[in-house]
This record gives sequence, C-alpha cells and structure tokens, in this order.
Amino acid sequence: MSAKRLAQGGRIDRSQPISFKWDGMTLQGFQGDTLASALLANNEHVLGRSFKYHRPRGIMSAGVEESGALVTIGSGARRDPNVKATLQELYPDLEAFGQNAWPNVRRDVGALSGLFGRFFAAGFYYKTFMGLPPFEWGKGTGLWMQYEKIIRKAAGMGTASREPDPDVYDHAHAFCDVLVVGGGVAGMAAAATAAQAGLDVILVEQDHELGGDTLSQTGAGAAQRSELLSTLAASGAKVMCRTTAFGLYDYGTAGLLERVTDHLPLQALSSHTPRQRFWTVRAQHTLLATGALERHIAFGNNDKPGIMTAAAGRSYLNRYGVLPGEKVVVATNNDSAYQVAADLQQAGAEVTLLDARAAVSGAVCDAVAGIETRMGCVPMQAKGQHALQGLQLASGTPGNWTAGDTTIADLLLVSGGWSPVVNLISHRGVRPVWNAELACFVAPAVNEPVDMVGAAAGIWDTAACIDSGLRAAEAVIQRLRPTSTQQSAPSTEPVTPQSPAHEHGWENPILPLYEVKVAGKKLKCFVDPQHDVTTDDIRLAHQEGFVSVEHLKRYTTLGMATDGGKMGNIIGLALMAEALGKDIPEVGTTTFRPPYTPVSIGALKGRNVDEHFRCLRRTALHEWNLRHGATMAPAGLWERPWYFARAGETIKEAYEREAATVRQTVGLCDVTSLGKIAIQGPDATELLNRVYTNPFAKLPIGKARYGIMLRDDGFVMDDGTTWRLSETDYFMTTTTAHAAKVMVFLEELLQTRWPELKVTLTSVSEQWAGCAVAGPKSRETLAACMADPEQISDANFPFMGVRDITLHGGIPARIARISFSGERAFEAYVPSDYAEQMMDQLWQAAQRFDGCLYGLEALGALRIEKGHVTGAELDGRVSIDDAGLGMMASPKKAFIGSALRQRPELLRADRPQLVGIFPKNRAETFNAGSILCHADKIEGLGAGWVTAVTYSPALGHWIGLGFFEGGHQGQEGKTFISADPVRKGNVEVELVSPHMYDASGERMRG
Amino acid sequence: MARYSAWTVFKNGLTGQKGWGRAWRDPEPKKAYDVVIVGAGLHGLATAYYLAKNHGLKNIAVVEKGWLGGGNAGRNTTIVRSNYMMPGNRQFYEHALKLWEELSHELNYNVMFSQRAHISLFHSPGARDAAARRYNSMRLTDTPAELWSLEQLKKEVPHLNYHSARFPIIGAAVQKRAGTARHDAVAWGYARAADQLGVDIIQNCEVTSVSRDGSQVSAIETSRGTIQAKKLGFAVAGNTSRLWQMAGLGRLPIESHKLQAFVSEPLKPLLDQVVVFGVGGAHFYISQSDKGGMVFGGDLDWYKSYAQRGNLPIVQDTAEAATSILPCLGRVRLLRHWSGIMDMSMDGSPFICKTPLDNLYLNAGWNYGGFKASPASGWYFADLIANDRPHEVIQNMDVKRFERGVMIDERGAGPDPKLHG
Amino acid sequence: MIRINCPFCGERDHSEFSYGGDASIEYPALDAPPEQWHDAVFMRENIRGMQSETWHHASGCRMWLVVERDTLTHEIQAVRPAHPAIAQALEDEA
Repeated sequence: MSAKRLAQGGRIDRSQPISFKWDGMTLQGFQGDTLASALLANNEHVLGRSFKYHRPRGIMSAGVEESGALVTIGSGARRDPNVKATLQELYPDLEAFGQNAWPNVRRDVGALSGLFGRFFAAGFYYKTFMGLPPFEWGKGTGLWMQYEKIIRKAAGMGTASREPDPDVYDHAHAFCDVLVVGGGVAGMAAAATAAQAGLDVILVEQDHELGGDTLSQTGAGAAQRSELLSTLAASGAKVMCRTTAFGLYDYGTAGLLERVTDHLPLQALSSHTPRQRFWTVRAQHTLLATGALERHIAFGNNDKPGIMTAAAGRSYLNRYGVLPGEKVVVATNNDSAYQVAADLQQAGAEVTLLDARAAVSGAVCDAVAGIETRMGCVPMQAKGQHALQGLQLASGTPGNWTAGDTTIADLLLVSGGWSPVVNLISHRGVRPVWNAELACFVAPAVNEPVDMVGAAAGIWDTAACIDSGLRAAEAVIQRLRPTSTQQSAPSTEPVTPQSPAHEHGWENPILPLYEVKVAGKKLKCFVDPQHDVTTDDIRLAHQEGFVSVEHLKRYTTLGMATDGGKMGNIIGLALMAEALGKDIPEVGTTTFRPPYTPVSIGALKGRNVDEHFRCLRRTALHEWNLRHGATMAPAGLWERPWYFARAGETIKEAYEREAATVRQTVGLCDVTSLGKIAIQGPDATELLNRVYTNPFAKLPIGKARYGIMLRDDGFVMDDGTTWRLSETDYFMTTTTAHAAKVMVFLEELLQTRWPELKVTLTSVSEQWAGCAVAGPKSRETLAACMADPEQISDANFPFMGVRDITLHGGIPARIARISFSGERAFEAYVPSDYAEQMMDQLWQAAQRFDGCLYGLEALGALRIEKGHVTGAELDGRVSIDDAGLGMMASPKKAFIGSALRQRPELLRADRPQLVGIFPKNRAETFNAGSILCHADKIEGLGAGWVTAVTYSPALGHWIGLGFFEGGHQGQEGKTFISADPVRKGNVEVELVSPHMYDASGERMRG
Repeated sequence: MARYSAWTVFKNGLTGQKGWGRAWRDPEPKKAYDVVIVGAGLHGLATAYYLAKNHGLKNIAVVEKGWLGGGNAGRNTTIVRSNYMMPGNRQFYEHALKLWEELSHELNYNVMFSQRAHISLFHSPGARDAAARRYNSMRLTDTPAELWSLEQLKKEVPHLNYHSARFPIIGAAVQKRAGTARHDAVAWGYARAADQLGVDIIQNCEVTSVSRDGSQVSAIETSRGTIQAKKLGFAVAGNTSRLWQMAGLGRLPIESHKLQAFVSEPLKPLLDQVVVFGVGGAHFYISQSDKGGMVFGGDLDWYKSYAQRGNLPIVQDTAEAATSILPCLGRVRLLRHWSGIMDMSMDGSPFICKTPLDNLYLNAGWNYGGFKASPASGWYFADLIANDRPHEVIQNMDVKRFERGVMIDERGAGPDPKLHG
Repeated sequence: MIRINCPFCGERDHSEFSYGGDASIEYPALDAPPEQWHDAVFMRENIRGMQSETWHHASGCRMWLVVERDTLTHEIQAVRPAHPAIAQALEDEA
C-alpha cells in the first residue's frame, strides 16, 4: 500500500500544517485532517490490533463505523483509549499511540495467538478453562481464576488512565419544535425548510462540518452543499456540529453529546471550558437524517490493512486530498462505487473495478469509461504480509464462485451495499424491516413524531434525499403549525416519506452479496473485524444451535465491539439466514441499544461529581459551627457537628466531655436539620390523630407531644414531637433522615386517601433554625437571652410546654421544653436568618455556666444512656413494641399501621426487643453491629444484635443498645456474648433495661 | 453429545470444529409432561435441571415465549454474592454461592464464576456498624466475611476516590468468595445440561392461557398448541403477574419495574473486584468483565414499567455515582445501556412457594437479586415441585408471609417495590 | 424522559416527579380488619398496559396527580389532580 498526499484538492488547509506524533514518530498533517487521513497521508497502514487474534488492523472507513483504526490519544490523566482515528480531528502536537499490542502495533507478540486461531472458535472458552487440562479435572473455581488473570490481560483494548479525569463537563438542556439529526443534504434541507416556516429547529451533526456525503463529493454534490449551506444559514435553524445524537428516549427526548474541545490542543483549553457537553433535548418532532453506512463483504483475509469501504476511499481522496493507493481495486455489488472508481482513476490511481453483477447499464457505465471493469467478479482472498499487496479474484454468480487469477493491489475498496442508520429509531423499541429490493433494513412507520429522511430512509440519490428532507419538513410544519399560511398545499401524505423503488437512486439493482464462498477454499473471512468474528464462527453458532439473533450475537460476540456492529451485523444475519435456509427478515435483527456511538461517562455526569455529587445541605448554623470548632460528620445529605474538640482532644475525649457537661451544666446542639412541617387547618388535629399511634385529639394548645408514626404495614416509620400552637395550627418535627419521606406521606394521605380533611401542609424545614439547649442550666441559659425570662420559669413553662418568646434584639423564637438528652432541655427555633444571632446569644450565656457545644457523638451518648431510639434502632424492621414503646400505641383508636401491626408475627412475645447492654467486665468495650448470642451458642443468626455503643460518662463505662429475643426481662445477671468476628471478637455482656440512666425521667421533667 | 474439555476443544480445532453438536435440542412440544416450567430464564432452566438431576424426573418441559436466557438472564450486571442476613435469606443465598462454586464442573460448561471479591464501601460509622451486623451474621453462619479498614482498602483498590469524595470512604465490608459470572453462559450451561438429562426446552412458545380444572391446573395453551401438565411452575420474572392472572389468581405482591445496566468500551484490567456503594440516596455497583468492559448499574428508573428501555435521568445519575467513586471513569466511554424488567416484591425478598392451586408452583419476586440466586432458586424450586412441600430454608418465601407479618426485608424499606433495589 | 403535563405547572420532565403507585388501590378504613389492609398494602394487579397511577410533583407544586399511563409504552393519556375536589374544580373551570 502506498498512500500519499496530493498536491491539491480536498477540504484540508495546506497553509496550516500540523505536526503530530504517532507512536513516538513525528508526522505532518494539515488543518482539516482527521488522525486517520493524516496517518494515511503518511502511508501508515497498521494502526491497531484486533481483539482476539491480534491481527493487524488499518483504516476501514472514514467515519463512526470504524472498526480497525482504534488508537489511544494523549497520555497521563488525559489518556483516551479506543479512539476511532477516523473521528479524531487532527490538532497541533496531538499524540496518538497504537494499543492492544506489544511492543507495538506493527510488531505484536500477541499475534502469536493467531497461530492457535483454529482452536479459538466462537465460544471455545465456555468449553474449557474449568479445571486441569485436558479433561477439566478438579473442583471449584481456583483454576479458572488463574486462567482468568491471563485472559483479562489479553482482552480489553486500550488502557485507561487510573488517574482522576482532570477535565470538566457540562449538562445542558434544550427544547425545540424540530430536532434534525444529521447534517447531510436531507437534514440540511429539512432543517432549513422547517426553520423558514418559523419553527424552532435544532440541527445536529456529528462531523465538524455540514454536508454529509457531499463533503466527499466533487462537482454537483459540492455545489448542492454550498447552496444548502447558505439557505440554512439564513433560515434561523440552530446548528450544532461535533454533536452526536446518541440516543432517542421517551417523549421526543434525545441525548446529545457535544464535543467542545476534543479537537483542540491542550494549551488552547481554559479550565472553564468543558471538554464535552451532554444535552438533553426535548423536541416536538424529530427528523432522523442519519444517512447510511456502507457495508463490507466477507472474503478471505478481508480484514487486512489496505481494505476499506469504497466511500472511505472517496472520502480520503476528495475530502482529505489523500490518494489512498496507487494500484486500486474497487469491488462492488451496486452502483455507488462506480463514481469512486472514476474519481480515483482521475486522481492518478490505476483502478480495476470488480462488479459482482453480471451486467449493468446506464450512466454509471459512462462514469467508468476507460477503467478496467470486470463483471461477475469478486475478491476472494487478500494477499500480503501485513498490509494488502495483492488479491485473488473469483468469478461467477453468488453461491457459485470459482477461483480466478491474482492481481496486484495496494488498496481494495469494497462496497457491499448500504445500511440506513436506523439505530436511533430502534432505541424506540421498533424493529427495522428488511427491504429486499434495497438489501437493507429500513425503519417502519412509528407511532411517535419521528421520521426518517434521506439515505436513512433508503434513498441513495442526492437530489432525492434533498427532496425527502423538504417533504418531511413540510409535513412537520403542517403538523405543528396547522394554521400557518404555507404556500404549499397541506400534505395528505403520511409524514414518513415513502421511498418507492424508482426513487432510491440506483440505475441498476443491487446484487445482495455478503460472503464470497468458493468451493474447496478454506478462507478466513471476517464479519466483525474488531472482535475477530469470522464466517466460520457464525456457522459454528448455527451448528451448535445458537440460531436466534440474540444467541448468535452473544455466543460469537458479533456486533458487541466498539463499533456496535455497524460494519458486520448485516453480514452475520445474512449468513445465519443462509445457514437456516431462511430469509433475512425471518432471522430478524438485533436490538440496537443506545448510545449510537460511545459517550464518555464524564459528560453524562456533568459537574455533579466530588462536592457537587448529591449537593451538600448546610444548616443555617453550618458556618457558625465550623467557626466554633466543629468537626462535621455526614448525616444523610447534611453535615452536622460531630464533636467540638478542644485543643489536643481526641474525639472520645471531646464527646465524653460534651456529654458530661450536658448532664452537669448546659450544652448547645444544632438541631436545624430535623424536618419541620407546619400543619394547619380545621382538621389538623384529626390528621395527627390518624397518623400518630398515640392520642393527639386532646393535646392542649401550648403543649408538645412525642409521637410515633407507623408505615401502613405496621412497622415504625418515624418519630418526633408535634407542638400545638393554636386550635388549628401545629408544628411537627421529624427525624433528619425521614423529613422528606414524612412530608410526602402526609401529602399523599391528604390528597389521595383523606381528601375530606381540611389541612394544609407546609415544609418549613428551611425556614426555621433550631438549637437544643440541654442540661440543668438550660433554663438559665435560655432565660439569659430573653427579654422576659419569667415566661420560661418552671411554673410558667413546665415539661412539654410550647410558646413563642422574644430573644434579645427582638428576635422572635418558638420554643418547647422537650428533651432528647434526658436532661431538662429546650428546643428553640428562630427564622433561619436569625440563626447565628440566636446561637451567639445562647453560646454567650452558656459559657457563663461552663457550658459546651455538643455534636452528634455526644448526642448519641446521651440518648443511649436514656434508651431513646434513633435510626440505628428504627431500621424499618422494628415494630413499636420491639422498640419498647408499645405503650404509645393507643388501643382506643385506629391509626396508620394499626391494622397490620396486629399480624401474628408482629405479636410474638419472643421478637427481638430493645435492651440495654453492659459489658460484663465494665472496663471492656464492645461494638455496634455485633451479634448477641447465648454464651453456649455463638453461631447461627444469634439471638439479637447491638445497634449502638457509647462510653457513658454518667455510668463510667461502655454501654450499648440493641435488640434481644424477648427483651431483657428475666435475663438480668446472665452472661451473653456480643459476637463481632469481623472486628473485635467476642465480648461477654449482660442485658439491662434500655433506660440506663435516670429511668424515672426526674431530670428532664423536674 | 461431546463433553466439553480442553481435549475436545483441541480435537475440534484440528478437525474444523465439525464435532460439536447442538448445545440443546429444538424439540417439538409433546402433548403432556409431568412438569412444565414456564420461562427459560436462569430460574426456569435451573429448576428443570435440578428436577431431573436431584429428583430423577424424566418428563419435563421448559416453555419460553422468546429465546432461552433472553430476559434478565442476559441483562444483569452478573454479580454473585451471599451477603444476606435475614433468616432464610442467609441460608438460601449461601447455598446458592456454594452451588456457584462448583457450577462449571457440575454443568460441564464454563460459567466463569470469578470469585474476585465483592467490596461494599461504607461512608459513616453508622453504615459501618450496619455492615458489621450483616457480615458478623455471615461469619457466625460459617461464611467468610471481612471488614476492611481504609488503609487496607487503599492498598487493594488504590484508585477509588479517597481525596475529594462527597461522602468520604471510611472502609469496606468484603466478601472474597463473591464475584461475577458470565451471565449468558449460566443460561446456556443449564440449558445444555438439562437438555442432556432429557428436558425439552421449547422456545418461541408463548403461553396464551392456563386451563384449570377446579383447584388444579390441567394444561397451558401456547402458541405451539396445548400442553398438559401434571405440575406447572411459573418462573417468568417481570411477567409473573400476567401469568398469575391467566391462572385466574388475581393479585400478587409484585410490581414490575425496569432497571438499567451499562457497559463501557473494553479496557485492559482497570478494576479487579466488584465495588458497590450506597450513600446519600445513591446506589451503585461496578465490575469489569473478562472482555474488559466496565459493567455497572444503579437504581431503578423509579416508576413501574414493562418497557425494556431506560430513560436519561438514571443514565445521568449512574454516571454521577460512577465518577464520584472512580474518578478515572470520566474518560471511559459508555458503549451500551439497556434495561430489564424486574419483578419487585413488597419486601425485596423472593417467592418460591405453593399457590392456591394444588399443582401450580410459583418462583418470582427476585427484585435485583435474581442472577446470584439462580442456582439455589432452581434447587429449592425443584425440591418444592418434586416433594410438594417447602424446604425449611424457603418456608418464609411464600406469598402469604405478608399475612403473617414475616419480616425478611434486607433493607427495611417497607412495602414499596421501587425501594428494594 | 417521560413528560408529564401537570395541571398546575404544565408539561415537565418526569424527573421532577416521584412515582407513587397504583391509583386504583382503595385504602380501607383505619379500623378495617388486617385482611383488607393486607390486600391494599401488599397486593398489586401490576397492569401491563394502561393503568391509573399516582405521581407526586415533588420538585414542583407538590400536588399528587393521577396519571393514566401505559406501562409498556409510557404513553400518557390523562393527568388529573388526585384530590377529587380539586380535580372537580379544575374541570368546572374548564
């Protein structure tokens, strides 16, 4: 093969030379080149290695269907494996490397595997590698895992970087009337027409310029392109190049990938420019002008570098100014390759045209006047060491080829027919239908506003494609703007343009040809060149009964490579049909799945990564806490203070001090993240009485009550306090974890189940900032911040009282005397804007009593001492009785969950119930997550488990909460085992009441 | 039928692969069978295999509306693990794992079960303790399980996001015997082995109605004619409710939801284990196939659906989770995404049980967990059908457990099918 | 992307909504026997085709909606507020 750059012609800019690196060699190309065209111009043939046999791979196409020229671009954290060289625009100092080869793609040790190719038939790995060869002796997976290591290393294609991707990506959204996918002539015509009628049109094109096939044409095609370009520019359609519509989803939604900087040198990038953008477009109507892809034909060694599609040959010549070979054979079964032969001949190549058909007539013959044309002739076997050097021909008719002479060739261009790109419409779940006349799958009409136009609809002629675009656009205009005063009469035709045979644009019918089989010749013919799937593999799959398309695909891996089967699928289907003695449509087609071409995961994630992944929720006191020395811990999407370490303190020292301080004087804790719901209306009381297990009907105004709500299935959903502010006005708090869930559930109840209740719900979680003021000095602390401290005297404001107060500076606050810590305590809420002012006042006051700020760890210690449950206990599998709160389930009323909590399993006496846990040896520690076992049976699923453990400053040793079958009653003094084999091992413990501190509640009530 | 081995691979290599016969027959349906299983997915095929193998039944058919293994068998992310802790589930999934370990030998088909370790990350002390409970339960029931410190995790999987994660990783719970398998091979392996034991696998045979004779099923009407069955078993995942209603049995505690799965372009080894995490409402799991593709998935699409195609919000969501934990995946390209229909149950646990009809048996409700369960699912379902009584291990895997109030919800998510992912 | 035409907010992406469940379920009275509750809470028809279902416009107006949607094609035929009185009021207005 000897390709070379021509002195003129093509769309490259010869005034802008670009130097780039290929496997360490510095080469030259021009602005407007792809990496493939530049490498071809430099006469580089072997650009890759195949998946299984490591056979040399060269350029096979000039587009997205590329299956051979897969390379790695860049290095370090920006290393991009598996890039199709045919799609990569050349930029200065681009660095590209061969992959899946050692030491390099030109000399690859892995190619030795090709010697054993006869053993590596489709699916051979399912038949061996199980045990010790030759008869697979042995047990278990040990030997397979040794084989697997080797197989994994040999498999894969390129090597991805393990470093974090340094680039940024964006998400963008758009709405439009018409999305036109594909900027060839049909798409341009459609977009311009629709936009001229005032429709909002987006035209997307994966290439960096519009024109589609006309970019590779000279003469008339090029002229048509220019004309359409100017019409389009004036039409107002939004054009997005370097943008691939990769998937079509429900309701006219399309996913687009816009490549913003992949064609630019690194130094041209700013840190603010995204590498790519992922667009979600919602269109009223979608026109798919996605064109068609040229197919190969299976013949011997048809995977050799130097063999590419005819259209690719023409593209390299006419678009990139590269003469891809000097001694060129063009092999075809249809008219489309004739112009290719003519163009190459004119550019100075010596061309031989092989046509599988017996005879053709018409203008195509004129085009190749002077070219050696051999009818009824096909390529049988490619010859050559690494790249193509010659070609043995065969002649005859399909199914009856006989071997012929050998000709010298350095380039073979093949056209096996064209396949309309029906991938996107397939994403909608429709099955393409086989058109025998055109020998291709076309899209059926669909029950959605999506139409195929141009070559995507099986129309091959440029003028007919333009016409199909115009007509489709007019139909869309009629659909979307039925009152519009278009001059053209309303179309009575269906929106989907039909493609009658006379319109498809060929003078002579195609002769379906998928494989050149010659009796007595053993040929290695590739169907899927990337995965090394051969025609024999397809036949073996048939022989073994893998005859459905899905089985064929999965057994042989046909079409599973990075080209998604764009090159080989139809050949595979045709061979299976032949083996089965059926027609192609009876065999069916595989489902094309999105994306049409691979999409970087980075683009899909956009900027929602690192700190922007599940955005952090900050309380109004977040910064205040940080300023006051908080170490934060995640709590759902929030961060809450974990502990406030003083100089030199460990976390344990800090929380022990904090918990002890709360019990001794006073502590302050940010409780803003609790869910808060305003429940208002004449039936608010009734709602609460139905959702809480305990009675709420008689809660006096100015009082709060602790409540538990169950799920419909009778297990505990959430707990919290609800404050009665007036006859019809309540303030509910929920746990941080279940705030959203409770709100949604209450809304659902009111809108769907109990519409008769007159209640409005308002989430006020963000509106109120809250602080728990806990400890014997809590009243004094809060009072010190108030204009009228008498309002919260013990007499005026007993346990569970609720009222509005005013803090210094006129700050309005809502407080309740409630306690989670078990100490005398208040929860104080202020409008969020006053959060820091409230905290400043409270903290100033608390410090006078040697108070402290405390975080989740101390909160945990305090509540464990008291046996108060949280999410660690209420894990969705716990009944109200299990949690030791059965007395809160009113026997006198029905409530959510009251029916199903009566199911027999929930009433069993031996259910695990909440217990307190002490280590037998009080100096010992144990862990949450341990399994509680009887001392004589440390096995099985145990008799309970430990949910929470803390050091108790009040008790002076480690304590825990957990669940144990039947609860703690009657177990006092016995020894049980807290089994923690994954961490600490076994610890002897005893079971006690969960109320381990101030069981009577004197301290919080008094 | 040639036994598969390195020897026969070698021999056939020399003789042009001529010696391989069909992996399974393509029989015409007989008029009547002792047992008919509807659904030639993993569960149906495994059931047929164990009915023949363990219980010596001879006259068995599996009928399939499409192609064997064409449903969720070939649509999952191939993870096999047994880190379940609820009573029954624990024993069941561990039994499955033990069957997996010998499955290639048992079936004489390489299902490529790779015990490469399943690493479940945790991000808070609370999550660590919850994991500890689960993995302690495993240890106490003789299943190896470990809790890794952050240091150990960094050593084993150095390229996770330890620097800028929104939810910093603090450690991981690990089951080393867990891993991945080649999903299609499992279906094909069971099909071939069942076929060799005389099971008729009848493809392209859609059940159109179920004929009853009082409290008995008498026959099924199919697109290939009437087939009488002495015993009938349903193993049809997302289509269970439809068949159930054909049998005139009304409602089930099942909803069909769709779950997407994703695979990247093939790459040289990038991740040697299965890594999963769930935090902040996100849920994500990833491994690398032997071919090199990164295989991953996340949550359900969140709405009930029988459509085998997904929508963009979850694609985006899953990509976010992927890169948040493995930042190098940003440049890796997604090659395909697809979806399957999951038979989500009301507590995330399955059903292998008798039904209101005397000779009808149900296998369903696999949620996300069907792949890993399939060997045990077939084993216990066969046992149930053959003996007409539930094995002790599956005694709570019945539809009536909700009437009794049995709680075997591994997540504690409550009776909402979409929450059991 | 399913697009749901919220009667209050207009047509929006389904990702703004959260899926509820089967809207045909009639929840029994709170004091109804467990058997009735069992059927409502656990048992589903699981329709393949057009079904009534609830969606909650969680990132919008917070209204619960009843959507007639085909579970196989995702096609939506109708959307109305779940609250019967509000639905009636909208209808009267129209």
